[in-house]
Amino acid sequence: MNKLKIILNGIITENPTFVLLLGMCPTLGTTSSALNGMSMGLATMFVLMCSNVAISLIKDFIPDKVRIPAFVVVIAAFVTVLQLCMQAYLPELYKSLGLFIPLIVVNCIILGRAEAFAAKNNPFDSLLDGIGIGLGFTLSLTLLGATRELLGTGRIFDITIFPESYGALAFVLAPGAFIALGLLIALFNKLKTR
Amino acid sequence: MVLVLTIITALVGAILGSVYKLTEAPISQANAKAQEEAIRYVAPDFDNNPIAESDTITVEGQHIIIYPALKDGKNVGAAVKASTNNGFNGEIVVIAGFEVDGTIRQYRVLSHSETPGLGAKMEQWFRTDKNNQSILGRNPETCNLTVSKDGGDIDAITASTITSRAFLQVISTAYQAYMKRPLDALSSSTKKSSQTTQPTQQEEANSHE
Repeated sequence: MNKLKIILNGIITENPTFVLLLGMCPTLGTTSSALNGMSMGLATMFVLMCSNVAISLIKDFIPDKVRIPAFVVVIAAFVTVLQLCMQAYLPELYKSLGLFIPLIVVNCIILGRAEAFAAKNNPFDSLLDGIGIGLGFTLSLTLLGATRELLGTGRIFDITIFPESYGALAFVLAPGAFIALGLLIALFNKLKTR
Repeated sequence: MVLVLTIITALVGAILGSVYKLTEAPISQANAKAQEEAIRYVAPDFDNNPIAESDTITVEGQHIIIYPALKDGKNVGAAVKASTNNGFNGEIVVIAGFEVDGTIRQYRVLSHSETPGLGAKMEQWFRTDKNNQSILGRNPETCNLTVSKDGGDIDAITASTITSRAFLQVISTAYQAYMKRPLDALSSSTKKSSQTTQPTQQEEANSHE
């Protein structure tokens, strides 16, 4: 029961995008379509799971003073490994996602979870936290991407819902990202307080 | 403290090094395969090895790579890779295929950072046979490869004139590079490439004066 709570905590109570408002840069930048948002979310989730486990394994070994540089090195290593492997074995996926991968290093959710959760809990709980926060991030990015894609171009995951000429192109561009994010946060908070 | 950090960075460095070594060969294979696919897509049917026989020409600091297509030892056209920095958001890299006489056969946008929903439509727009959108089957010698707003023959992407201009400019650059390339270089080996580049640059400079 407690384990389930850790996962749900990441998806709802401490949803990184709608509640913690962490990692806004990739959130606003990559969600021009539902597919882009989901891909970014999944890539982040993978790194988050790996880094959470690794950091909780080495946490007793790292002196408090140098923990931040140590964490950053570990996170950057996982991102680079992911990038190289994807480039080598999944070139098609890398082509559409390659641009976003290095952005994961500077995503403060990952460092934030390393600091706030993985450094205080055992590896298994940290893995669950990585899955929960990762899922929460993926879901909210997909939702934001889908909203922007629908309002902007009339499509979701490239499936046409209404003709493109009725779309407000602003939603695909930067201003639309802020507007859509603001509306979704309001909606999420309204549903949560109920 | 210093020791721990040194150990961690050394360990991570070792891991990264080995992963890099492990993935080096598959990555270059994947890249070569993607490049060959792009050439096969745009260039006329060929039976030589265009990548091995490719030729690099430098025009105004931009590297243009010409991949000659030969069938039964006869020159049937080429794929030309060119780029520009005049896009709305930066660089646009395009590979275009030409017939022997310079007719545009096919093109593919290799990389760009244009606005999704606006300039990013160029991959589809200039091949759609509607009004004067398509550039396929046109010969830049008889057709003015600029947007209709500038007095050309091609319709620009709606609300993306800057991207359209940049795109058509890349195609023109590729065409000029392809046509200017001395013909003897096609039949003989490509080892001359360093020599043949010089006159081309010279000509380019002269024509601008």
